This record gives sequence, C-alpha cells and structure tokens, in this order.
Amino acid sequence: MTGAAEAHEHGAFEHHGPPPIHYSSRVSPAVLGMFLFIASEIMLFGSFFTVYFFDRVVNDPFNGQWPPPPYERPVYVALINTLILVTSSATMHWADTSIKKGNRAGLQAGLALTFCLGLTFLLTQVIEYHRLDFNTSDTSFAATFFGLTGLHGAHVFVGLTILLVMTIRAFRGHFSPEHHHGIEIGGIYWHFVDVMWIVVYVTVYLL
Amino acid sequence: MKNPFRSEADAFRFVWLTIGFFALIVIGSLIDRWIGLAVFAVLAAVALWWLFRREEQEPPVKQTPAASPPDEHRILVVANETVGGPELLREIRERSEGKNARVLVVCPALNSPLRHWVSDEDQARANAQGRLDESLGSMRAAGLDADGEIGDGDPIQAIEDAVRTFRPDELVISTHPAGRSHWLERGVVDKARERFELPVTHVVVDLDTAVRDDTDRS
Repeated sequence: MTGAAEAHEHGAFEHHGPPPIHYSSRVSPAVLGMFLFIASEIMLFGSFFTVYFFDRVVNDPFNGQWPPPPYERPVYVALINTLILVTSSATMHWADTSIKKGNRAGLQAGLALTFCLGLTFLLTQVIEYHRLDFNTSDTSFAATFFGLTGLHGAHVFVGLTILLVMTIRAFRGHFSPEHHHGIEIGGIYWHFVDVMWIVVYVTVYLL
Repeated sequence: MKNPFRSEADAFRFVWLTIGFFALIVIGSLIDRWIGLAVFAVLAAVALWWLFRREEQEPPVKQTPAASPPDEHRILVVANETVGGPELLREIRERSEGKNARVLVVCPALNSPLRHWVSDEDQARANAQGRLDESLGSMRAAGLDADGEIGDGDPIQAIEDAVRTFRPDELVISTHPAGRSHWLERGVVDKARERFELPVTHVVVDLDTAVRDDTDRS
C-alpha cells in the first residue's frame, strides 16, 4: 500500500468526493494561462522571425543591401500604419479608464474609435499588398515579408473580432466600473497586437 | 511570480516601453549597425536585470493553513534522506507528548534536473516510498499516529501541497547538517518560515548528534 493510500485509510484527509482543486500560491491559473499564451505566441512569431533572419543572412551576397534589389519596402505607408495602431492603443486605454470611472460614453467612443483605427490599419495593409510589385511566390524575401506581416494581420483580424464584440456589448449596456473584465482582457490582447507590430515594423521595414 | 500583464493599464505601459526600446535601437542602427546591435544587447540586459531584480525584491506570498480540528494537534514532517533518523523520531515524540497528535510525513521525491524535465520520476518516487515506509514503521512502533505520502520534488512545493490538504498546526523540517545538506544550501528552512504562517522546527539529523534549532518555535 502506498503512503498516500495509507494516509487516506487513516483518515488524514476528511474531504469526500472528488479531490479539492489545488491552486498553487506561486502561479495562479490566470497567470499561468497568460504565460502559456505569451509563450505560444513567442514561439509562433519566433519561428517566422527565424526564417526571416536566416533569409537575410543567406542573402548577404547583395553587399549588405536589404531588401535584395530590386525590391522596395513600403516604409512610409507602414509608418503611418504604425501611428494608427499606436493611436488605437491609446483609445483602447481611454475606453478602459472611462469604464473604471463609470463614463459609459467614453467607453463606447473609445471602443468604437479603436475598432475603426484597427480596421483602417488592416485595410491599409491589404491595399498596400495589392500595390506591391512582388508576390508571395517571387523570392524568399517576398515570402518572409508576406509571412510576417500576414501573420500579424491575422492577429489584428482576431483583435478586431474581439473589439467588435466588446463594442456591441458596450452599446448594449454591458460592463460597469466593478465588472469590466472583458474590457481588460480584450485590451491586453489589443496592446499585445500593437507590441508585435512595433517589433515587426522595426525588424522588417526599418533594420 | 508576478504577472507583468495583470491589467490593461500594465499592457498599455508595456506598449510605450516597447516603443522606447526599439526607438533607441533604430537610432543606434542609423548611426552604425554595430551600435544598433550594442544598444539592443545593453537594453535587453537591463530589461532582464530589472525583471529578475524586481522578482527577488518581492516578498513571498504568505500562506496561512486552514485551522485543524480543535481536538487534534497536527504535525507536518518534511524529510527525505533523514526521514528515518532517531533525532527526528525523538523530536516528533516530544512534540506529540500529552496531545492528541496526528503526524503526516512527506517525503519529496528528489530527482535530478534532467529526469525532472523529462518527467522520469518513477525511480525517485520509489526511493522516497522505501524511506517513507521504513520511517512510518518506526513511528508506529513508537506509538505515534503517523501517515505518509510522497511529495513534489521541490520541498517547498511539497510543503505547500501538504499544508493545503493536511492543515497542520506546526511544521518540522529534517535535514542533514550544514555543509552536507542541499536543502540548507538552497535555504529551504528559511523559505518555509517566510512562506507559511506556521511554527517551523528545524531538526538536524546526523549519525551521532541531533541539534535542534527551534528559534522560530512560537
């Protein structure tokens, strides 16, 4: 008989039925969930960045020129898009602080603005894709460029879906200064999307 | 462990930190690509140092066990290689005298880091079970009401698990003498005193002598 079984037989644990849920005081389920999410995202983006940097290294014969000629990156359009996304983070934060203060109009305006700015970002990116003079199958540079920016675009799309639900709920009277967990979580995701874009923009467009 | 993204406000702050982080790298890169790389390395090192330093400065979460039944005095004993030591047995007997004492002995299944990471725990658990069975036999022969279980390989985690289920009134940790004890080297006793709202007694088990360090017995 094992020690644990003996312990039960001797009645060390009075609990009957299923074992009680064990929450560690070191890592709460919410923290663990967030860390697992971040870890999975880092691995996902990390694999794309690995391919991108590998491509840059093997393309070194172009005398350090990047992107390899004749390609040009739409740096300035992407800069405007970056400003749009950073602004959307600010409006998201405005929405969150508004509901904490009980300002429903601020919440609604903040979420609606964030959604519009996010949609503008995504549409601008789609239009830019159409304008580019290269496509995914042209070279490895083109493939990694579309891969990284497209992966981020997919995250923006998910973020927009979450924002849409949040906005609809806000206009239907949901959320209050005491109960606004949905705004907090959606806001964290949106800021994460913003942070990832800054990394992508600096890496792919500037450096 | 502190979650860096506990709220939307934290995440928003992180956005601005990221912008500042990459702005400095880009400025460095515009001057020279090696300066940009150096800026990245320095900023990354500073960020890591700040993260670890902040975690070290944070006081541990104090855990208060639920009250044990009023007619019982529960003693949680955590020991591994010293679990069968005569000094430990004597200490438990002394602490149980005149009380309706119930003892739970927890043997952490100590494992090598490699085996831990590949979840190869079978041998570690079997070894701990062997020592535990022997120890329980001695305790029961001495008239003590003792049960036992195998705990997590991390002794603090093993204590935490047992504190939640057993609800002890006091904690006894048995180790080898200083210089031979990995647990003392890792500060297990001090950490236990910081983490748990319990009287903690440290028993040192040696071949010939047992030294009691009950400074925190209150």
